[in-house]
Amino acid sequence: MAYEQNLVCFNTFGSDESWTLATYEKHGGYESWRKILAGDLNPGQIIDEVKASGLRGRGGAGFPTGLKWSFMPRDAKVQKYLVCNSDESEPGTCHDREVLRYNPHALVEGMAIAAYAMGATVAYNYIRGEFMDEPVPRFEAAVKEAYDAGLLGHDIQGSGIDFDLHTFVGAGAYICGEETALLESLEGKQGRPRFKPPFPAGFGLYGKPTTINNTQSLASVPSIIRNGAAWFAGLGPEGSGGTALFSVSGHVEKPGNYELPMGIPFKDLLDDICGGMLGGRKLKAVIPGGSSCKVLPAEIIMDCTMDYNSLQQAGSSFGTGAVMVMDETTCMVKVLRRISRFYMAESCGQCTPCREGTGWLYRMLSRIIDGKGEEADLQKLVDVANKIEGHTICALGDAAAWPVQSFLKHFHHEFEYMVRNNGRSIVDNATQVAA
Amino acid sequence: MSYVLTDHVKDEIEHWKSRFPEGRQRSAVISALHAVQHENHGYLTAEQMNAVAEYLDLPTIQVYEVATFYSMFQTREVGRNEVAICTNVSCMLRGADDIVDHVEQKLGTKLGQSTEDGRVFLKQEEECIAACCGAPVMMVNHKYYENLTKEQVDEILDGLD
Repeated sequence: MAYEQNLVCFNTFGSDESWTLATYEKHGGYESWRKILAGDLNPGQIIDEVKASGLRGRGGAGFPTGLKWSFMPRDAKVQKYLVCNSDESEPGTCHDREVLRYNPHALVEGMAIAAYAMGATVAYNYIRGEFMDEPVPRFEAAVKEAYDAGLLGHDIQGSGIDFDLHTFVGAGAYICGEETALLESLEGKQGRPRFKPPFPAGFGLYGKPTTINNTQSLASVPSIIRNGAAWFAGLGPEGSGGTALFSVSGHVEKPGNYELPMGIPFKDLLDDICGGMLGGRKLKAVIPGGSSCKVLPAEIIMDCTMDYNSLQQAGSSFGTGAVMVMDETTCMVKVLRRISRFYMAESCGQCTPCREGTGWLYRMLSRIIDGKGEEADLQKLVDVANKIEGHTICALGDAAAWPVQSFLKHFHHEFEYMVRNNGRSIVDNATQVAA
Repeated sequence: MSYVLTDHVKDEIEHWKSRFPEGRQRSAVISALHAVQHENHGYLTAEQMNAVAEYLDLPTIQVYEVATFYSMFQTREVGRNEVAICTNVSCMLRGADDIVDHVEQKLGTKLGQSTEDGRVFLKQEEECIAACCGAPVMMVNHKYYENLTKEQVDEILDGLD
């Protein structure tokens, strides 16, 4: 089946200099913002429209965006802030980088609309530090173009609307993708998640009401306002409105970032869009939404559609849309150890279960790979994961636990084989070992 | 020994400070550290951090704790060209470990160490840098190189000054 691509966040892709204001405007860019500046839309209407569109937070949690916006205090006469989370760090995820590099104006316009809807006059785009060479200058150039065109600033085009947009550049820390850690970092501190409540809508940046949204979520907003909530909602199935940016990586013929309607069957994504499995090998497993999501074996994922409900029913989640594909030559024990190393390295250290537990997980997995594992270690891994899950301030602890639980649930035999064979992997007999 | 911030660094810090409300200059710490580290060819000294603290009127601990928390800051002397190879899952599935072995052998150094001549700092195992569809990936002096082969790696490394 053919799927229409690049309908929302990537809508300028394929045009020359897709990142410029001129190109963006040729694709309907700033029509929504100009309508707002002309006084044709009020904040309540915008929030209702985004609610009706079914847009859910694309940063991984999937929280309804319009509902989040409605949590901001309406009439408070205090400074309010909008913050965009461009700290794209979830392993496997690399599509926000494409929005920043190739369609940054969609984000600028989306931020302007969101800020107006919530009464925020100042916004920051927190971009991960590693993006300083290319995505940051691209985004900053777009912001400058928008200011020069009179689309941002004070009393914009005589509308009485003020909106200032600034870039912030991070310095390397996965935890800063957690929204309250991001705020701490923006205040110039270590990125340690805050205990909640209070939530950012009440006490956010500098203690002021703040909403944090993901890059893709915000870049989707201009199209929703321009084409209507019903159009966006109708692109995907019930509960998963719109398109999603899929970062497909690993053992496929054509890895890439693809914008597709929500609800595309996994097998179509794999075969029609990504050219099938690398070298025609057999699919073993897929992590469907970044490394914090539970792994699904081939026989389950092949029956899934790529949306919130289907992946949740299958025992995983949509996450960030980062689809990591693993073929039959992949050693699941080694993949899990790599994932566990990541959470150990990135734990901020303030909650004991996470700080200590992530290290235990990594060291136990290393012991198994070194041929010194015991059968009791397999249950112990799950026990440690269970003791981290739900016992920490932020979701990093859960994200460290879920891969362990799901790898051991679906691929227990590979761990058992390695323990019984002194560190030998079950895939060692395969002709080519990929991992 | 004290360190004096250059005019370029001061301009850079002022540029960032102007983005934050009055009295919130602490928000400029990360950008200030990026700027001074860049001038010092890839790492921060205590004197530099003290100078940043003094310029922003902050206790030195507030600068040290940021410098030691974020992975892009180095607080010990390292080689002048930073090479960071991603080894997270997407890159691992596409051969990142072979790239690491190759680079370690070629440079005669290990992850986390610098070459003896101070030319290259091979950064400790790098986490996902969000270019997964171009795996395997490495970052050299902040520039991304994707779909790496050993030949390309050789060419990139040989081109470093």
